[in-house]
Amino acid sequence: MSYLLQQVLNALQLGSIYALIALGYTMVYGILTMINFAHGDLFMVGAFLCFLSVLFLKLPFVATLVVSMLGTALLGVTIERFAYKPLRGAPRVSAIITALGVGLFLENFTLALSPYPKHIPSFIPNTIWTLGEISISLLQVVVIALSIVLMVILDLIVRRTLLGMAMRAISWDKTVAPLMGVPVDFVISATFAIGTSLGGVAGVLYGLCYPVIDPYMGIMVGWKAFISAVVGGIGNIRGAMIGGYILGAVEILVVAFLPSTYRDLVVFALLLVLLVFRPYGILGKATVQKV
Amino acid sequence: MKKGGLLFCGLLMTCLLVAGCGEKSPSTIRVGVIAELTGDMPAVGESCKKAARLAVKQINDAGGLQVGEKQYKVELFIEDNAGKADQSASAAQKLITQKKVLAIIGPNATRYAIPASEIAETSKVLLISPWSTNPRTTLDAKTGAPKKYVFRACFIDPFQGRVVARFAMDSLKARRAAVLYDVASDYNKGIAEVFKETFEQNGGKVVAFETYTTNDRDFSAQLTKMKKADPDVVFLPNYYSEVPLQIQQAKRLAFKVPFVGSDSWGSQELLKLCGKDCEGYYFSTHYAPDTAAPAALKFIEAFKTSYGVMPDDVAALTYDSFGLLKQAIVEGGKIDRQYVRDALAKIKKYEGVTGDMQFVEGSSDPIKSAVILKIEGDRFVFFANAKP
Amino acid sequence: MAYPGKGLALLCRSLPKGWEPGRILLAAGFALSFIIPATDFIDQYVQLVLMYIGINIILSVSLNLVNGYMGEFSLGHAGFMAIGAYVASVISVRVFPAWAAVWLFPAAVVAGGAASALVGLLVAFPSFKTRGDYLAIVTLAFGMIVKSAIENIGALGGPRGFLGMDRLTNLPWVFFWTVLSVWFVRNLVYSRFGRGVLSIREDEIASELSGVDTRRVKMLAFVVSSFFAGVAGALFAHLLQFINPRVFDIIKSTDILIMVYLGGIGSLGGSIIGAVIYTVLLEVLRPLGVWRMVLMPLVLVLLMLYRPKGIMGLREFSWFVPRADLFSRGLRHSKKDLADGAP
Repeated sequence: MSYLLQQVLNALQLGSIYALIALGYTMVYGILTMINFAHGDLFMVGAFLCFLSVLFLKLPFVATLVVSMLGTALLGVTIERFAYKPLRGAPRVSAIITALGVGLFLENFTLALSPYPKHIPSFIPNTIWTLGEISISLLQVVVIALSIVLMVILDLIVRRTLLGMAMRAISWDKTVAPLMGVPVDFVISATFAIGTSLGGVAGVLYGLCYPVIDPYMGIMVGWKAFISAVVGGIGNIRGAMIGGYILGAVEILVVAFLPSTYRDLVVFALLLVLLVFRPYGILGKATVQKV
Repeated sequence: MKKGGLLFCGLLMTCLLVAGCGEKSPSTIRVGVIAELTGDMPAVGESCKKAARLAVKQINDAGGLQVGEKQYKVELFIEDNAGKADQSASAAQKLITQKKVLAIIGPNATRYAIPASEIAETSKVLLISPWSTNPRTTLDAKTGAPKKYVFRACFIDPFQGRVVARFAMDSLKARRAAVLYDVASDYNKGIAEVFKETFEQNGGKVVAFETYTTNDRDFSAQLTKMKKADPDVVFLPNYYSEVPLQIQQAKRLAFKVPFVGSDSWGSQELLKLCGKDCEGYYFSTHYAPDTAAPAALKFIEAFKTSYGVMPDDVAALTYDSFGLLKQAIVEGGKIDRQYVRDALAKIKKYEGVTGDMQFVEGSSDPIKSAVILKIEGDRFVFFANAKP
Repeated sequence: MAYPGKGLALLCRSLPKGWEPGRILLAAGFALSFIIPATDFIDQYVQLVLMYIGINIILSVSLNLVNGYMGEFSLGHAGFMAIGAYVASVISVRVFPAWAAVWLFPAAVVAGGAASALVGLLVAFPSFKTRGDYLAIVTLAFGMIVKSAIENIGALGGPRGFLGMDRLTNLPWVFFWTVLSVWFVRNLVYSRFGRGVLSIREDEIASELSGVDTRRVKMLAFVVSSFFAGVAGALFAHLLQFINPRVFDIIKSTDILIMVYLGGIGSLGGSIIGAVIYTVLLEVLRPLGVWRMVLMPLVLVLLMLYRPKGIMGLREFSWFVPRADLFSRGLRHSKKDLADGAP
C-alpha cells in the first residue's frame, strides 16, 4: 500500500510538470490552431534562465521564478512576432515546419554556447518527511502545489477575465472576433506570453527536481507534453491538465508494476488504444465539418 | 523558381565535388578526428576535440614528427558526426577521400564508431577509437575476427563489468545487488549485463534489474521499486549527467545504500553535478588522477593550463590515442597508411596517460588495468587496482 | 523562364521516335551509376553523399504521398524505415547464405518494403476515424513503439544494434530504387486513384459523398508510402552496415518531414529538391563545426518565411505531369490550401 502511495506521489510530481508544459501547447493551439513545436525548447530555455539567475544573480526562489517566466514569455512573444505572425495566412504546415526550425535553432544555439550539462545548485531546502515507509520531500510539495495554483489561476483568467473571454472568442471564430472589437494581435501575443511563461515555470520546477540541464532536454519532454495535450483534447485547457497527469501516472505506474523496459512500449500502446476509443481526446469535441 | 531550385541544387553539388580537389601538401601529416560535437553527447565530443588539439599542439611545438629523414608537422582535421550514424560514416569517408588523412581518431561512442570503422576498414585506413568500449567495434561482424585497421585505446565492457562485480562482492561484501541502466544505450546495457552475469556466477543475487530510456530524468518509480527489493549495493553504469539525478532522487526516497559505477562516471563534471550527494561512492575507470604517473600528471597539468578544466576520461584516452598514433607514424618510417597501420600493429606495450597498455597478437584491444576510485571530498581518490 | 522550356520542347519533338529525353536521361543516369563506382572519377565521399541523397529522395517522396498529396499528418515515417531496415538486414544476414547475399539483395529489399507495407496497413486503420493532429499523435506513438520494441528484442541486438550486413547498397541500386519510387508515386498520383488521394486532402466528406472509397484510398496510400520507406530503410542498412534503434527516432522522422515540407508538399519535384538541398547542405556546411546545426534551422525558418509553401509550392516539373494535365495543372491553387493548408 505504501509502495503504491509513494508511486502516486511520484506520478503527481511528474504529471504536474507535463501538465504545465501541455498547457502551453494547448493554449497556442486553441487560439491559432497551430502546434508550437518549439515549446519544448522554450521550456529548456526556462530551465537555463533559472540556472543563470541562481548561479550568477544569486536570486532566491520566487525571484528566479519571476525571471524565468518573464524571460521565456519575452522570447515566446518575440518568436511569435517574427516567425509565426508572417505565416498566419499561409498553409498551417509552414508554421509547423517553422516551429520545428525555431526549436532546432534554440537547441543548437544553446549547445554552441555550452555543450556541457549544467548543474543547478539547489535553492530549496532539502527537507524530507517520512510517514512510515513513504518519504515526501519539500520539493515534491512545492512542485505539486505550485502547479495546481498556477493552473487554477489560468483557469480563472480564461473564464473570468476580459482577456480570457477574448481568447475564447478568437478560438471560437477568428474572422468575426476582430469585427467585434477584439484586438487580435494583442490577445495572441498575450496568449503566447502566458503559455510560454508556464513552460518557463515548468522549466524551473524541472530544474528543481532534476538539477542537471542540457540543451536537448526539451525534446522528449516536449513531445510527451504534446501527447498529453492531445490526449486531453487539444485546445482544451482542462484537458491539457488532465492529460498531463494521466501521462505522468501511466509512465510511473507502468514502471512500478511491470518490467521497466516495457515502459515506453506500454505507454504509447495505451495511448493508441485511448485514441481509438476517444479519437478527439478525453475532453475534446468532434469538430463539426461543414461540407 | 523551379529553375532557381535546380540551379541551387547544381551549385551545391558542385561545391561538394570541388571541395575535394587540389589539396596536396606533402609536407604535413594529416590526421582526422571524428567527434560528437553536436547531437546527444556534445560534452564527449568537446573533450575529445580539446585533447586532440592539445596533443597536436605539443607535437608541433616540439618541431613535428621525424619520419624517415624529414620533420613533418601534423595537420588536424576535426569533423562532427552530429550524433548520427550516417554522418559518422560520411565524416569518415570525407576525411579519407577528400582530406586524405593518414589515420583517423574517433568516434567515441560505439554506435558512431562502428559505421566509421566499416568505412575505415574498407578503405584500409587506420582508425583508433579512444572511448568505444563495446567489443564489436574492432571485430568483423560476419567472421568475428578482429578488424585489421580498427584499434581502440580503452578496455572493453566485459572486462569492466567483471571488475565492478568482483569489487562489489569482495570489498563491499555485497550479496544482493540492484542495477539501474539505460535500456536504449549499448554501453550501459552491455556493462549491466556482464555485471549481473559475474555477480550471479559468484553466488550473489541481482534483486532488481531496472531500466530507463536515454534522456529520462525521473527515476523515482524505478528507485522506489529497487528500494523495495532491499539490495546491499546499487550499480549505476550510466553517464555522468544522469548519475547525480539518480543518486539524489534515491536520497529523496530515503533509499540509503552504497552506489557503484563504471568509467562513465569518470568526469569532473560528475563532481560538479553531484556535489556532496556522491560522497563515499566508488566507480571503476581508466586512471586515477591523484596517483597518476609523471606522464599523466604532465598531461593533466597541460590540459588544465590550456583549457582551465581537468581532463576527463575521454580526453585522456584521446590523448593516448594520439600517443599511439605518433609512435606508429615515427616507427613506420613512411607517410603511408599501410606502413602506419603495420607499425601500430607491432606495438606490444605502450605507457600512456591512462595506464599501461599491452597489445597481443591478433587483437586490436589493449589489455589494461582498471582502477577503482572513491569520491572523497570533492575529488576522485585512488582506492584499488583491478588487474585483468 | 518559359523559353528554355520551349526550346527543350522543340528539341524533344525533333528527336526520332522512342528517343524521348526522359528515357535518354534515365539511361544515361543508369549507365553513369555503374561507371562512377568503377572508375571513381567522382571521389567516394561524393558517391556516398549521392547515395544518401537517393535514399532521402525515396523517403521524402513516399512521405509526400501521405502528407502532401493526401493531406494527412504522419509523424512516424522513421518507424516504417526501421522495419524495412531490420527485416531486410535479418534476411540478408541470417537467412540468405553468404555467397548468395549479393544476388538476392533485391529480394531482401523488397521483403523489407513488404514488411513495412504490412505495418502501414495497420496504421491506416486509425486514420479512418482520426484526422489532423490526432493522426499525428497516432503516427508519432507508432514510431516510438517501433523504436522501443526493437530495443527490447534481444535477437535483433536491442540497443546494441544489428550488424553483419555486407555493403550491398551501391550507386546503381540506389539509382534504380529512387527512379522506381518516383515513377511509381508519380503514376499513382496522376491516375484515377490519385484523384481520390487529392480529393481526400481537399475535402474528405465531399469526396466520400462523390463516391470515392476513402478507406481503400487511405489504405493503399499508406501501404505504398510505407513500402518505399521500408525500401529506403533496407538500402540504408546495407550502406552503413550497422543499424540501431536510435537511428530511427523522432529526430529522423522530423528530418524527413523537413525535407518534404521544405521542397513543397504535393509536388514530386519539390520532394526531390527538398531531399537534395537538405542532404547536401548538411554536408557542405561541415566546416562550420558546431554552428552548422545552428545555421541549418535558421535557413529553414527563413525559407519558410519567404516561401511558405515550400520551394516548389504546389507546382510541379512539367516533365512529371502527363500531357493531358499540363494545361490545367499548376495554374490554379486550391483555395483550401490557401486557407488552412494540408493537415
